[in-house]
Amino acid sequence: MATIKELSAIPERLVSGHRLCAGCGASIAVRQIFLGTKDPIVAGSATGCLEVATTIYPYTAWNVPFIHNAFENVAATMSGIETAYRALKKKGKIKENIKFIAFGGDGGTYDIGIQSLSGMLERGHNILYVCYDNEAYMNTGIQRSGATPYGASTTTAPAGKVLPGKLQLKKDLTAIAVAHKIPYAAQATIFYWKDLVNKATKALSVEGPSFINVLSPCPRGWRFPQEKTLEISKLAVETGVWPLIEIENGTWRFTYKPAQKKPVVEWLKAQGRFKHLFDEKNKHLIEEIQKKVDEHLNYLEKLCSATAV
Amino acid sequence: MTKIIPLTGDQAAAEAMRQINPDVVAAYPITPQTEIVMTFSQFVADGLVDTELIQVESEHSAMSACVGASASGVRVMTATSSQGLALMWEIVYIASSMRLPIVMAVVNRALSGPINIHCDHSDTMGARDSGWIQIYCENAQEVYEMMILAPRIAEHPDILLPVMVCQDGFITSHATEGVKIIDDKDVKNFIGEYIPKDPILDIKNPVTYGPLDLQDYYFEHKRQQAEAVKNAIVKIPEILKEFNKLVGKEYGFIEKYRMEDAEIAIVCLSSTCGTARVVIDELREKNVKAGMIKIRFFRPFPAEEIVNTCRNLKALAVLDRAESFSGRGGPVYNDIRSALYQSVNIPVVNYIYGLGGRDIDKNHINIVFNDLIEISKTGKIKKLIDYLGVRD
Repeated sequence: MATIKELSAIPERLVSGHRLCAGCGASIAVRQIFLGTKDPIVAGSATGCLEVATTIYPYTAWNVPFIHNAFENVAATMSGIETAYRALKKKGKIKENIKFIAFGGDGGTYDIGIQSLSGMLERGHNILYVCYDNEAYMNTGIQRSGATPYGASTTTAPAGKVLPGKLQLKKDLTAIAVAHKIPYAAQATIFYWKDLVNKATKALSVEGPSFINVLSPCPRGWRFPQEKTLEISKLAVETGVWPLIEIENGTWRFTYKPAQKKPVVEWLKAQGRFKHLFDEKNKHLIEEIQKKVDEHLNYLEKLCSATAV
Repeated sequence: MTKIIPLTGDQAAAEAMRQINPDVVAAYPITPQTEIVMTFSQFVADGLVDTELIQVESEHSAMSACVGASASGVRVMTATSSQGLALMWEIVYIASSMRLPIVMAVVNRALSGPINIHCDHSDTMGARDSGWIQIYCENAQEVYEMMILAPRIAEHPDILLPVMVCQDGFITSHATEGVKIIDDKDVKNFIGEYIPKDPILDIKNPVTYGPLDLQDYYFEHKRQQAEAVKNAIVKIPEILKEFNKLVGKEYGFIEKYRMEDAEIAIVCLSSTCGTARVVIDELREKNVKAGMIKIRFFRPFPAEEIVNTCRNLKALAVLDRAESFSGRGGPVYNDIRSALYQSVNIPVVNYIYGLGGRDIDKNHINIVFNDLIEISKTGKIKKLIDYLGVRD
C-alpha cells in the first residue's frame, strides 16, 4: 500500500473545473479509484451526475481517454473498448498495459444498467466496474432507485400523510455481482480512503472483471450540509449500514469493522431524507431498520466464516 | 480466380464479413439474422478470422459494444433484425452522431406487434432518420457485394457514418443462390487498412467521447452530421467507380430497369425488384413501355437521380413494404413524392404490400401496372394510396 505522500504524487486524472456539487461524493470516489493504479486508464461513465457535470462540451475534466454512451450501457460500451484493446494487442498494435474502468451511479447500475453489467461480468472482460452509489436518481432530482434504502424519502417515493417514504429494501447489488463468480468484488466508501484505494488496486490487478460498490454521499439528495460528506460516509460504516467488505475468489471478509458499532438512529438523524421517521407514527420503523441492519451484518458474518479459506 | 458458391443471403453476409476480417464483432441472435452470427461464429471458432467476437446479452449491448469498439479505432461489424434493431434504437442514433463507421447487416423483418418473423421493411424504415446510410439488396449476390462495399463508404474521412446493409428476411436470407465470390486478397486490397481518427485507445492523446452538448454546440454538431450525409452523395459514386471495376458491375444509388423509353414505372426495393423485372419483361413483349427504378441507397436519398429518371414518365407507382401510419402512404412514397414536387408533375401512386411476409407475386405487380396504364391514359387517379394482397 502506497503512503498518502506517494499517492499525492500521482497526477490527477479527474481534474478540477467540473461542475459537480460542493460536497459531492462521486468525484472523490473516482479520484480514489484512479489512485489504485499507475497504469494508463481508459474510463467510461453511464449517464448521470458524474458524466453530465464533467463533460460539458467543449470542456472535459477527464485527463484520461473517456467515453459516455448512454444511461444503461457503460458496461457494454467498455466491453467493446476492452475487446478492441485485446484485438489490437494481439496484433501488436498496442504496447501499453491499459486498465479499463466503468463508472455508473446506482440508477445506471442497480436498475437500468444491471443487464449490461451482468453481461460484462459473465463474459469475463478485464474491466473494473465502479458503482458510485448515492442511493437515488440524483441527476434528475432525487428519485427512488433500487438502491434507495427502506424508509428514505425521495421525490418519487416521498414521505407523506400515509406513506413513510420507500417501502422496499435496498437491492444487494454487491452479492449479485459476486454471484457471477468474478475474481474480486468489494464495498467501500470515501471516508476510508486507504481501504478504497487498496480495493481499487486489488480490483485492477485481477485477471477478469471486478466490481466495487462505493457509497457516495449526496448532500442534496440525503439532505445534509455539504461540508459533512466525509462524516456521513464514516457514519455509514460506524453504524453498520454500509459494511466494508471484499470478496476475493468467493471468500467474503470484512476489511474494517468499527470497534464499537453505533446505533442506526445516528445515521438516520444526520440526514433530512429520514426526518419523517422521527414522527411519532413512524418511530417503529427506526427499530425495524436497526433490525434489518443487524440481520444483514449477521448474514455477512456467516458468509465470511462459511467461505473462509 | 473467381468462384461461385451456393450461399443463402445470411451466409453471403457472413462470407463478406470473413473476407473483411473485422477486429471486433458484437452480435446477438435473432430470427432471421441468426445464421449470420452462427456462420461467423464458426469462422471465429475455426480460426478463419482474427476477429474478437463479443457474444452480448442483448442487441442494446451489441450496439453499445460496437460503439465502444469503434471509438477505439478498430473495424467493427454487427447484424440484426426487427426487434433487435428496435432494442438497439437508442444507440443506433448515438453511433451515427459519434461518426463511428460501424457496418451492420440487417435482415428485414416485420416489427411486433403482433409478433411476426417474416419480411417487411418496418424495422429499417423506422431507422431511416437515424443518420445511418441504408443499402437495400435484391439478392444474396448483392448482399455479399454491398457488405464489402460498406466499410469503404463508412470509413471515408469525408463521410464517417455507419452503414446498414439490408436484405429481405427469409426471401433472401434463407434462399440459396450461386454467389460469385471475390478473391480474399482483392477484398483486402479494396477495403484497405482502416485509419481511425482520435481513437479512444490513444492514451497519449486523451479524448472525451460522448460529452454533454447543450444549446451552444449541439446544433452545430447535428449540422456537421447532415453535411456528412451530403458528402456521402458526392463520395459514394467515387467509391462505386472503383468497386464496379472490381466486381464488373454498374452499381449506383439506383438501378434503372428498362427506363430508357419507359412511360410508366414502379419504384421498389430489395427482393421485390426481381419479381418486378419478370413482369416488366412480359409487359414489354406486349409493347407496354414499363420500367422500374430500384432504390439501392435509400439513405442518403438519391433525390436528384430519381427526379431525372422520372422526367419522361406519364405515371409512377411506389411500392412500400412498410406502413408509416401517417394516413398518407409509406415512407418511400413520401420521399419520392416530395422529391418530384415542383420538378416533375406526374401522377404518383402508392401501394403498401407484403407486410409480415405476405407474398407478392406477378399478379400483384400486374395490378399495379394495369392501374398505371389506366392513369396514364385518363390522367385520373382512382386511389392515391392502396394496399396490395390484403383482405379488406
